[in-house]
Amino acid sequence: MQTALQFGPVLIHLDRLLAGVGQTVQLAVLSILCGTIIGTLGAIGRSFGPRWVSWPIAAYVELIRNTPLLIQLYFVFFTLPLIGLKFSSGTAAILALSIHLGAYATEILRAGVQSVPSGQIEAAKSLGLSSYRIIRHVVLVPAVRAVYPALSAQFILQLMGTSIVGAIAAEELTAIANNLVMETFRSFEVYIVIAVIYFVLVQAASLIFAGLGRLLFRWKS
Amino acid sequence: MSLRDFGPNELMFLIMATRWTILLALIAFAGGGVIGLVVAAFRVAPLPPLRWLAAGYIQFFMGTPILIQLFMAYYGSSLLGFRPDPWAAAAITFSLNGGAFFGEIFRGSIDAVPKGQWEASTALGFRFLPTLRLVILPQAIRLMLPPTVGFMVQIVKTTSVASLIGLTELARAATQVNTVTFQPVLVFGTVSLIYFMLCWPLSLYAGYLERKVGQGLQVKTKKPLLLAS
Repeated sequence: MQTALQFGPVLIHLDRLLAGVGQTVQLAVLSILCGTIIGTLGAIGRSFGPRWVSWPIAAYVELIRNTPLLIQLYFVFFTLPLIGLKFSSGTAAILALSIHLGAYATEILRAGVQSVPSGQIEAAKSLGLSSYRIIRHVVLVPAVRAVYPALSAQFILQLMGTSIVGAIAAEELTAIANNLVMETFRSFEVYIVIAVIYFVLVQAASLIFAGLGRLLFRWKS
Repeated sequence: MSLRDFGPNELMFLIMATRWTILLALIAFAGGGVIGLVVAAFRVAPLPPLRWLAAGYIQFFMGTPILIQLFMAYYGSSLLGFRPDPWAAAAITFSLNGGAFFGEIFRGSIDAVPKGQWEASTALGFRFLPTLRLVILPQAIRLMLPPTVGFMVQIVKTTSVASLIGLTELARAATQVNTVTFQPVLVFGTVSLIYFMLCWPLSLYAGYLERKVGQGLQVKTKKPLLLAS
């Protein structure tokens, strides 16, 4: 039985693998941006909003955090066409990933908001700052700084989470890997190459987030 | 246009599939817990090569998607001459993957035990393993409990990925029912509810334990607990 590993038949498809990397990065970046926006609004609503705002947000967070991403993906992909919204599987994937990350970002940022001493908010109020300025400068910036490590860890999980959107036929690195397996029959080699690519992506992302953190939060706390 | 409606039979099918999700989660929890203890012990071992080995292990399993690890185990087994079996691949992958995460959780708690405890044990003539087992772990266990329960939620949710290598657990049962009934709201709503009922109690319990540990530490050391999880 021939069991030697042969990477040649896999590596000649480098162009497709790189296209897959591009699609994976695109999915991750777009869903991280949307998810962070959802999370920021969610954390503000959850911390400062009246009950009819904060309770639905709490329910959203608990529901998403206690069900698998795969089921959320299926739900979005199969349900939206029923109410007349026809999306490509790529758009559905971004939507589901954003909703998913939004819940985690809400919870993480809420912890950050809670870490801001209430005296600082009172001080800002007594200085006559508008609510927008208080939330923007006095609450959000220190809050994000406090939870930045947890937030960037969640972003990296999101990057790896994009690997399952192939389940709804969205295009990304893992889906391309599955196609290559069917064409080359070099399944193990394909997945070794893909694992290396993801590993490099994850290391690069953590370097970028660490650098970004140093750039954004330079001053002393 | 659907072949069948979502009725009691379909609901029963989903509920019966849930036992495979639970079984897989239990395997992952037990296997991952044991491997995690070994990984954590390696991670704090006095010999640097052991520490590097454990660090590399954690880096690999935490730095690549679990779906890829699952595919590697599934297709790699045929390379070793075995017949690819979704259950074996899933059990091995989830245990190894859980081992990396548990290893990090356990190491974090071990690190939180004051260094003086290690030094005192060494001064009393304890070697590495007895120190870890008799002195450090009993103190660390209080700290590792909340993130461990929290990670169990993660395990239950992650078992859904095993459906993508053809293991018929809850998520795969859901897609099968959806294909014949085409009532996605009902099907995936029900499945979400089942997952939620499995995970939410664990989440609440993890939160309760976290608050308890946090309070206990605050009384003792007057310092808030900082646990990276």
